Amino acid sequence: MTTGHDTAAAAPSKEGGAAPGRPPGDPAAADKERRRRARLSRRWQRDVRWSPYAFVSPFFLLFVAFGLFPLIYTGWASLHKVELTAPTDMDWVGLRNYTRIFDDEFFWNAAQNTLTIGIISTVPQLLMAMGLAHILNYKLRASTFYRVAMLAPYATSIAAASLVFVLLFGRDYGMINWALGLVGVDNIDWQNETWASQVAVSTIVIWRWTGYNALIYLAAMQAIPQDLYESAALDGANRWQQFFHVTLPSLRPTILFTCVVSTIGASQLFGEPLLFDANKGASGGSQHQFQTLGLYLYEQGWVNQHLGRASAIAWTMFLILILIGIVNYVISRRLRASS
Amino acid sequence: MRASTRIRRKAVVLAAVASLGTGLLAGCADDGKNESPSGDGDAAGKTTITLGLFGTFGFKEAGLYDEYMKLNPDVVIKENVVERNENYYPALINHLTTNSGLMDIQGVEVGNIAEIVSTQSDKLLDLSKYGKKSDYLEWKWQQATTPDGQTVGLGTDVGPMAVCYRKDLFEQAGLPTDREEVAKLWAGDWKKFVDVGRDYQKKAPKGTTFMDSPGGLINAILSSETERFYDSSGKVVYKQNPAVKAAFDLTAEAAEDGLVGNQTQFQPAWDTTIANSKFAAMSCPPWMLGYIKGKSKPEAKGKWDVAQAPKSGNWGGSFLAVPKSGKNAEEAAKLAAWLTAPEQQAKLFKVQGSFPSTPAAYTMPEVTGAKNDMTGDAPIGEIFAQAAKNAPVQVIGPKDQIIQQGLTDNGVILVAQGKSPEEAWENAVKTIDNNLDQ
Repeated sequence: MTTGHDTAAAAPSKEGGAAPGRPPGDPAAADKERRRRARLSRRWQRDVRWSPYAFVSPFFLLFVAFGLFPLIYTGWASLHKVELTAPTDMDWVGLRNYTRIFDDEFFWNAAQNTLTIGIISTVPQLLMAMGLAHILNYKLRASTFYRVAMLAPYATSIAAASLVFVLLFGRDYGMINWALGLVGVDNIDWQNETWASQVAVSTIVIWRWTGYNALIYLAAMQAIPQDLYESAALDGANRWQQFFHVTLPSLRPTILFTCVVSTIGASQLFGEPLLFDANKGASGGSQHQFQTLGLYLYEQGWVNQHLGRASAIAWTMFLILILIGIVNYVISRRLRASS
Repeated sequence: MRASTRIRRKAVVLAAVASLGTGLLAGCADDGKNESPSGDGDAAGKTTITLGLFGTFGFKEAGLYDEYMKLNPDVVIKENVVERNENYYPALINHLTTNSGLMDIQGVEVGNIAEIVSTQSDKLLDLSKYGKKSDYLEWKWQQATTPDGQTVGLGTDVGPMAVCYRKDLFEQAGLPTDREEVAKLWAGDWKKFVDVGRDYQKKAPKGTTFMDSPGGLINAILSSETERFYDSSGKVVYKQNPAVKAAFDLTAEAAEDGLVGNQTQFQPAWDTTIANSKFAAMSCPPWMLGYIKGKSKPEAKGKWDVAQAPKSGNWGGSFLAVPKSGKNAEEAAKLAAWLTAPEQQAKLFKVQGSFPSTPAAYTMPEVTGAKNDMTGDAPIGEIFAQAAKNAPVQVIGPKDQIIQQGLTDNGVILVAQGKSPEEAWENAVKTIDNNLDQ
């Protein structure tokens, strides 16, 4: 790659090199020339030294404005009693907003819902994604079409998707109950029963994200060297054995990645339950049966206008996420060590 | 070949960057335009007045903007409408507290007006100099006025409440259909109304309920009370107020006996019950007639009628407020006063069904002669004017909406789903107290 004449051409100066086209022996001119070159050289060094920072600065400026500042401001607000109607009137309450979370049954209810919905949406979703990716990894006719089709739900807006699902899951006029009715199952009240509503919300999540994860798996699968399969086949492994002994181990980092991303996504679940609510409030159903932490945060902050409490909830969620991140990290290190 | 594709790609990237850039610039330019003193919209020297509204106010549909622009050739009116107040109101609060992103005129729902009056009045213009106090219903004017006499909003409409009922379903259930007789069945007491429901349910056409939803019933009862969730000193009293508990219990009873459908109002499934004629009566302010019309099948035309409610109440109605920070605040205040003057309110009623908050309009031909094709020849103008006069002067509080929503969506709806009234009340109270930060 490095070609000698390139660097030679780019180098700004060589101290003491002959300056062509100049009469030698003019000390004043030579001195001037030397100073000029030194100046250029300094400028160049400064340029090399500082320009990268200038180039990356937009990210950091934006991060400070939209990431760090809100984080700190939220932390500050969480130590006060503040209402959204007058965000500048702050009453210092110390850790009161945090301590009350411990006996806030709505918070724990939301935390539990988030966990259950997270599990019943993430686990089937990743399993299905793996299966789909495996199928798509075979030589198929019109495989591009399938790949694009799989990504279509991901490209659909949550709002549009959730509204359609609300209609599908309707108790009296919904298509799913109609179909269940054909096989003799009584009408299920998808929005008001705890389990049914959580399954319904998970369905929206699964529908939306399965294709996305499948494509990630597919990309990882295609990076597995073909000769591994060939030698496995030579050893007499069938398709299933190949999948378990070649594909899965090679996908381990990818699986871990999708698990982390899905966990974060699940813990921030918001749009689907918000739009699934028949009451169109943020309480996640009449008995808060599918109110997630994100929804509870929104309800406290934007519906009830308790900015301080909402900030405390936000910070608690942030800490929980960090905890999850650490657990993920530990697990992944264990896995790596064992392999 | 390769070079040319590379050039083309470069061109595409450039074009994308350029269009993004101009988009951003245009965005900035747009903002500037609205805030510039001349406020020129499309032609030079014209004042643009912007309105931020929710739902359907109907000014545009009734042709009022065009009329005003004809009267004032140097004014251009633009409106920006958000579908639901739940989405509109938090944004409005944000804009008011930060004093940015506000339109010249902002609509405020009656459920939020108390909070606006008590927390945001310093950001809003005093409109008492622009609107004529004597034009408006006394209580409507008072709702938007601070204790020291600053009026922050002019009333656009009120929601005097009557009961809309299906003549055909009443007849099949052996009930009278004449609106005077129907009103007599339940006059004076909501308990009688529920009793009529029991009579209806005995011989009801299969698959129908007497009323549409628990939310509709509890809302109707509460709307006819003077004191509900706050007492006149501004203290939250919804738990102690016997009227609230009575309304809850009566609704719960009706729900347990299956007199009300198991739906939440204004949701798709509820809309379907209107279309499929699944209930016989609903509490009904004038604007509801338009809603019924929108959701009904054509054959429902003329089958509805309107009777006086057991006790008159008020459901809905909005205000126009003018933020001080607007560059055209004065022009905007003039427009707000004009839009809410009796003549314009009468026109709005004729087209949109928003009932005037100015009694002077009640004698105008647009109101007295009003007919609605859902209710045949019923003189709706007179019926609703009567209800408006009988409606109580209600004490409203800053968090009325949160309390009402808790009682409905986290309360009586549960009874319709099979929970006991006690459980439902407990669930509602817990939710409300948490939301009020009690």
